[in-house]
Amino acid sequence: MGTESIQFHRDADRLTHDLRHRGLIQKALGGYYVKRDEQKAKYTDWQEARTSAAAAKYEAVNHLDKYLLELTEKLEARGTKVFWAADGAEAAEYISSVARNAGVKRIIKSKTMTGEEIHLGPALEKAGLEVVESDLGEFIVQLREEPPYHIVFPSMHLTRGEIDETFQKKLGSPHADTPEELTMIARGVMRQKYCQADMGMSGANFAVAETGHISITENEGNARLSTTLPKVLVSIVGIEKVIPKLEDLAVLLPMLATAGAGQNMTCYNTLLGGPRQPGETDGPTEFHVVLLDNKRTSLLADAEQRDALHCIRCGACLNVCPIFKNIGGHSYGTTYQGPIGSVITPHLRGLQSWKHLSFSSSLCGACHEACPVRIDLHHHLLQNRRNAIAEKSVWWEKPIFAGFAWFMRRPALYRLAAPMLRLGAPVLHAIRGKFFDPARMWTGTRDLPPAPPQSFKEYWRKRNG
Amino acid sequence: MDSREKILRRIREALSVKAPARHLDHGQTGSMGVPPVNGAARSVGDGSLQTGGTPVLPDGCAVAHSPTDWLPPVPENNDGRVSLFEKNSADLKTEVRHCADAAAVASELALLARENGWKSVASHSFEMGNAAVQSLGLPVVRTDREYQTSDLEKCAAGISGCDCLVAQTGGIMVTAASAGGRALSVLPPHHIVIASRSQLVGDLADAFALLRKAHNGVPAFVSFITGPSRTGDIERILVLGAHGPKKLTVLVLEN
Repeated sequence: MGTESIQFHRDADRLTHDLRHRGLIQKALGGYYVKRDEQKAKYTDWQEARTSAAAAKYEAVNHLDKYLLELTEKLEARGTKVFWAADGAEAAEYISSVARNAGVKRIIKSKTMTGEEIHLGPALEKAGLEVVESDLGEFIVQLREEPPYHIVFPSMHLTRGEIDETFQKKLGSPHADTPEELTMIARGVMRQKYCQADMGMSGANFAVAETGHISITENEGNARLSTTLPKVLVSIVGIEKVIPKLEDLAVLLPMLATAGAGQNMTCYNTLLGGPRQPGETDGPTEFHVVLLDNKRTSLLADAEQRDALHCIRCGACLNVCPIFKNIGGHSYGTTYQGPIGSVITPHLRGLQSWKHLSFSSSLCGACHEACPVRIDLHHHLLQNRRNAIAEKSVWWEKPIFAGFAWFMRRPALYRLAAPMLRLGAPVLHAIRGKFFDPARMWTGTRDLPPAPPQSFKEYWRKRNG
Repeated sequence: MDSREKILRRIREALSVKAPARHLDHGQTGSMGVPPVNGAARSVGDGSLQTGGTPVLPDGCAVAHSPTDWLPPVPENNDGRVSLFEKNSADLKTEVRHCADAAAVASELALLARENGWKSVASHSFEMGNAAVQSLGLPVVRTDREYQTSDLEKCAAGISGCDCLVAQTGGIMVTAASAGGRALSVLPPHHIVIASRSQLVGDLADAFALLRKAHNGVPAFVSFITGPSRTGDIERILVLGAHGPKKLTVLVLEN
């Protein structure tokens, strides 16, 4: 096993037995299920809406070159600078050079998972820039020097007590009891940061090719402030975020809100198509859009799993996943957690190092059913398993299955083995999962069914005899 | 070769193999992409994808639908839309107040100023608001001309117009032209929108159509505001006013 896999199994084991952690997650998600179902029920037809949303993304992803060029042309027409970055290093280098050229010292950032993916914050800090996260949940985990726990709810694993402690220690704030008070502390800190920052940074949820806009979805208003007040704005956009038409948003925005947080619509959905235009009195004077590949084209090349690029990062598949609910977000060790993370991480960061995530699944299909853009998630997990084995097989698996097949095809041998197995059962139970058990990796976490007093064949013989 | 060409080349190479349009199977595709034996055969073609699934009626004739038809239904008439907007607003904790005429807008605004103890406000020039804002007799920061961010930040309220109100979502569409720039509707702690009843539209598609018609192309800044700023990041408990306005009030002029 690789280090990623060892760490995953260790963390997953620890958190699965952590009842406090489980309680927190179940409480947080319980509220989500109620709101999501209420909201879904308002749709004329949620299933058809899913198909429509998937169709828009299918069209975009399968004509990606065309729509990216259209997006670039339209963005540039309004004075936006578009930079194409093959990987995270290129993106970070470009953004640092933008900051250098504009004499930027302080950056205010609004939550971007694409930025997380390429560790943009630390890269810019290394270049001597102050980077402050403005999304409340993300700000909290940044203060705690933790990665986000969930792609939509970064701090869902923390209690108000823990957050209060973090604020007291890192911000020197007075003790606060309620989420309201804690939020207001963060608001106060952030207000100054918005006004001081000379560069804003954001991600994007969608990019509209037809009109040349990026679209940012958020509840707090931090993205609007980060993209409005500082004089320079840089938005980092994964190439798969492009959609063909403005009207596609009429379906995608409500569905993102419903699937992601059980909302009718997220509080702020903002379209940005350029820096401050003639006649405008505010907004950034410089606007850069960084289009990031970072192995998305490898996923695109896998036609079977290409629909994983439809993902709108709503987090719905995490919220319903029995694995996520037990092991939590941090155990994955990835930027993207849950089923979608298990599907795409092997493509983005190497199949052999991350294949274990595809094996950690019950294949129940809840993720596929929850997905607002109909990504065939649980089948992709199976395909990752198949691909991983085809690429690098486990040497002892083939002989074991060949031996099993040989044995099962010989009834005489089977008849002989059954009573022996019954005799040996107490021994097997005694050593199950322990040091002497050669199969302990499998049996250690699974029950061995008790041996029946007689086999069916024996029963049948007696009944008729 | 620069990255743009490199990425485009990779994309074109990747797309030389066609991907299955699996979303049209409605999830009935069997494991590893094998279609189920009894799965309904659906046509797969680029033309049919735009409208998503096309339902087949019992008598067998297919009806073309717009993708937005599947969203929550919206009444056709203005009254129904106003009440749906009100209902959604109540859920979102947006306050809606009705004003019979321009004078009522002014008195409602004055009432808000007294209730909330405003010392200064920010606004921009717009027909429905000008007189009412002026009659407040408070210092006004104008954001439709050069202004200092720090001055706007000190204002107790931002008073703006909008492009339209969206019934289906309870949202307000603003642009730099209709709402006094990009910051006025988000920086002050209380945002007041003055709109007329006729500005109600059904859904986002209607709002986009309006956007295309009213402006010379879709402007560089458009935002849908759906309720006051909020967060649930601490124990998933709703707190209003995370970074943007804590309060959102819509004054609806009846005629």
